[in-house]
This record gives sequence, C-alpha cells and structure tokens, in this order.
Amino acid sequence: MNFLRNYLDKQKPKFEKGGKFEKLHSVFTGFESFLFVPNRTTSSGCNIRDAVDLKRTMIIVVIALIPALLFGMYNVGYQHFKAIGALADTGFFELFFYGLWKVLPMIIVSYVVGLGIEFAAAQIRGHEINEGFLVSGLLIPMVMPVNAPLWMIAVSTAFAVIIGKEIFGGTGMNIWNPALLARAFFFFSYPSMISGDKVWIAGMPDGFSQATPLAEAALGTPLNYDMCSMFWGFIPGSVGETSTFCILIGALILIATGIGSWKIMLSTFVGGFLMAFLLQNVLPETNPYVVSGMTPLMHLVAGGFAFGAVFMATDPVTSAQTERGKWIYGFLIGVMAILIRMLNPGYPEGMMLAILLLNTFAPLIDWFVVQGNIKRRLKRAKAA
Amino acid sequence: MSDKALFSAKNLQLLLGPLSKNNPVLVQILGICSALAVTAKLQPAIVMALSVTAVTAFSNVILSLLRNTIPNRIRIIVQLVVVAALVIIVDQVLKAFVYDISKQLSVFVGLIITNCIIMGRIEAFALANKPWPSLLDGIGNGLGYGLVLVTVAFFRELLGSGTLFGFNILNYDCVKAFGYQNNGLMILAPMALILIGLVIWFHRSRNKDLIEGK
Repeated sequence: MNFLRNYLDKQKPKFEKGGKFEKLHSVFTGFESFLFVPNRTTSSGCNIRDAVDLKRTMIIVVIALIPALLFGMYNVGYQHFKAIGALADTGFFELFFYGLWKVLPMIIVSYVVGLGIEFAAAQIRGHEINEGFLVSGLLIPMVMPVNAPLWMIAVSTAFAVIIGKEIFGGTGMNIWNPALLARAFFFFSYPSMISGDKVWIAGMPDGFSQATPLAEAALGTPLNYDMCSMFWGFIPGSVGETSTFCILIGALILIATGIGSWKIMLSTFVGGFLMAFLLQNVLPETNPYVVSGMTPLMHLVAGGFAFGAVFMATDPVTSAQTERGKWIYGFLIGVMAILIRMLNPGYPEGMMLAILLLNTFAPLIDWFVVQGNIKRRLKRAKAA
Repeated sequence: MSDKALFSAKNLQLLLGPLSKNNPVLVQILGICSALAVTAKLQPAIVMALSVTAVTAFSNVILSLLRNTIPNRIRIIVQLVVVAALVIIVDQVLKAFVYDISKQLSVFVGLIITNCIIMGRIEAFALANKPWPSLLDGIGNGLGYGLVLVTVAFFRELLGSGTLFGFNILNYDCVKAFGYQNNGLMILAPMALILIGLVIWFHRSRNKDLIEGK
C-alpha cells in the first residue's frame, strides 16, 4: 500500500490551488479518500466523531449486498437453463458465469452513468465528490429485471441521480431512495419491460412467458412455487431480490456493524405480516391473492419485500431518524406494501411504492415524535 | 411624447416582458394546473394557449375600459362576469370550429375562468392602466403562458408518444429495432410538473438575477 500512498502524495500538488489540474481537485480527493481514510476532520461546530467515515460505511453496505448479488447472478443462470430444460447437464459454474455475463453490464452501466453525473455535478458546484452512489449504483441493477435494456437502466439512473438527488443538494439531502426512484421511473416509463411476464428470465425468445410468484398470485393462479424455493430464492424475479436467505445474511452484517437499523427491519416485517394476516381473513374469497393460496409468511419472502425491508427502508438518509419514529416508519412500510399488493392487482409489487411513500413522510413522523417528546418533558418539568 | 407612441419601449416591454423575465408560469408560478392537464399533446396545448391569450387580452381591455366605473367593493364579481362571458364565447367558438380538440380539452376550457393568470393580470394591471397597454399586457402574458405550455407539450408528445402534432416521428420499426420505447411516464401528469421544474431551472440558470437569495 505504501507505493500507492507515495504516488498519491507525489501527485497531490498538481491538483491543489495553482497546480496543473486545479479544476480536477474534487476528482482527486474523491479517489484519495476512497483509497485512504483522510486525515482531515471537521473543525467547526459540534460533531460526533467516529473512526468510520462515510466511505467505509458505504463499503460495508456493499459487502452486505454481495451474498444477494452473487446468488442473483447464479439464479439468473439457473432460471435460464431451467427454462430451456437443460438444467440437469449444466454445471454450477456455467450457471453462475451465464448470470455474471448478464448482470455485469447492468452494474457497469449504472455505475458509469451515476458516477459520471455525480462527478460532473461535483465539478460544476465545486463540491467534493460524495460517495453515496457506491451503494445506489449496486442497488439499481439488483432491483431491475434481468432483461431490462441497458439504455433504459442508464436513463432511469440518470433520472434518479439528477432529479432525485443532485437537485436536492447531493448525497445526504435526497428525500427518496435513489435506487428505488430509478426503479419507479423505470416502472412507470416502460411498464411492459417490468410488469410483463417475459422479462424475468434472461435470453429467452419473446413468446416465452414465465411470471414471478407475485405476478402469478396477482392473477389468482395457484402458486407454482413453495415456501422453501421462495426462501432460498430459486424463483424468477429482479436480479438481487429473490433469495431471502442471502438478504438475511446481509441484514446480519448490517445489524452487527450497526449501519442498518434492526428496528426498521423488524417493524417492517411485523407490519407486513400483520397486514397480510388481516387481509387474508377479511378479504372475500375471490381476491386473487387468497385464491392463489399465498400465506402471510409467503408474502414476506416473495418479491422485493425482504430486499426492500433490509436494504432500502434502512437507508439512513431517507428513513426516519428518531428511535420511536423508526418503529412507526418501518411498520407503515410493511402495512402499505401488503395493502398495495393485495388490494391493487395493477401493482403486484407494493414494496417500491410503500418505501417511496414513507420516505416522503419520514420527516413528518420525526417531527411528531420530537414534538411529543418535548410536550411530555414539558409536562414533567411543570409538574415537578 | 414617447409614451403616446403605440409601440414605445415601455409598451413593448409590456408585450415582451412576460415571455421571459416576467413569465407568468416560470417566474410567478401561476397557471400551473392547466399546464399539467393539457400538455400531453402539442395540438391541445396550442389551442389552450391561444384560448387563454384571447381571454386575458379581451378581459384586460374590457376591464380597463370599465375601471373607473366599477365600485371597488364588488370589483371581483364584475371581473368574474366579464371573464366568464369571454370563456363561454371561447368555448362556443372551439366547439363550432375545432370540435375534436374541444372534446380533448373538455373541462379545461371552462376552467380557464379559474386560471390565476387572468385574474392576476386584471387585478395587477388592467384596473390601473389604459386599454392599449392593458391589451399588450394581456397578449404578452397569454403568450408567455403559451410558450411554456408548448415547450412542455413538445417534449411530452415527442418522448411520450413519439409523435408531434399527431405526426409519427419515432414510431418506426427501424427505430424500434434499436430497442427504443416511448416513455410512458411522460404521458402522466407528474412528468409535466417535473418538466416545468426543469424549464424553470434552465430559465433561471440563463437569468441569474431571478435567483432568490438564500
């Protein structure tokens, strides 16, 4: 590592004021702090200091995403070879590399477009480059269907980064989760590419149709998949969301390092389960979800519920900040997701809309929690 | 004397100012509702722009003529009567000559009466100025509103439906062969809001003096 440090130190003067590449200063510091923890600390105001800076935080989230990503790649190959009926005589690595080959371009496109815009925005405004996109850039391909055309991913990413993030002031200032915003843009702009049946399995001819469990349930057909295959993830779906098991590994990493809030995750699952249980018993027999035989527990492992609860809802920027607010926020996400799923067959996946909706209301929830706190303490102070 | 000339610099400013620096939509943020509703296609947007221009122009002139005779306390009612009459005339003309578009615009022609730009110009300008400047002011504000409408409708129709004025621009097999698809979000109202936001962004970055202080 020393030679890298020496090299950077040698290049540094060129990027400082008066140097040759003065304009590219923010690019340089961006890369430097990516490789090494910077030795500068905030000098003004009251700050909580921690050994872990934003970049290191982001990297941990990326690590937590890796199990789900690797499994997603494998599953892309698995679904493809299963669909053409050649599963038995294809080896593990063949499956995996087929998926890798499909997913890698999506990741590259999302990073190139997103980071390109972030770099450009940082240069124009003279800010330093923020590292928020490290996670978003990986989340975006993971919530897209594997057959999504690359240019659509590029457009969605650009929309999410410019409209969802840069306009509000960049990393840490956004109201909505950028990755989900990209998916929402994709969902409403090119509905046939994401709600259609044919897009979930890579490399199939147009006529081939294979729906996700949720799309099947929304139509009221009896489920093709059992609880186990949905938990382990051998089902068609967006790249990273299928395996609840791998997502739970990620959740453990996030909780153990204290980066993801376990309160949000838990309350989301509880909210979703209770709502699904309630609707299961309240809705008429003819509701497609009731017909399809989807149990409340299955709702939690199907589609993007687990992925959203663990990686999207816990986004520290867009979630509620107060401790009691987190419980409310998570619970309402679970409730809304199942509500949208079961009562509106037009949107088989309610998780995306539920999280975006609650992102919008998170500051309001926080405000009420804080006000409640103030009121309670005032009362106590007056009583004493 | 220069004030008396029909197109003195001051009068010209009344006509041209609302097109950019004093645009009713971009700067005063008025008339947004109809801008969301009628801009999915160019044709209705242009008809809407012309209708609003006609109503602002004539209502400005009529109320400017009446300005010294209207008792102050009932002026809003008088204004409404004049505007409502003009809107009904516009509605009837549209129904008579461009029935199809009139059907597309449906309720939004009637809702011109609630367009804040019209009442705004009457209150802010026509009641204090002579008929000729009021006419220019009305035309200018109507056109300024129309300019934004047409800009937004241009992008929404081109990117959302792949057409312009209903003519096919992008819906060819050779374009689709590259995997191009029309953007469904453009047709929905939220995108009109976002596009107006982008136009405002562009406009302010060109006119730095419009940017409010922090």
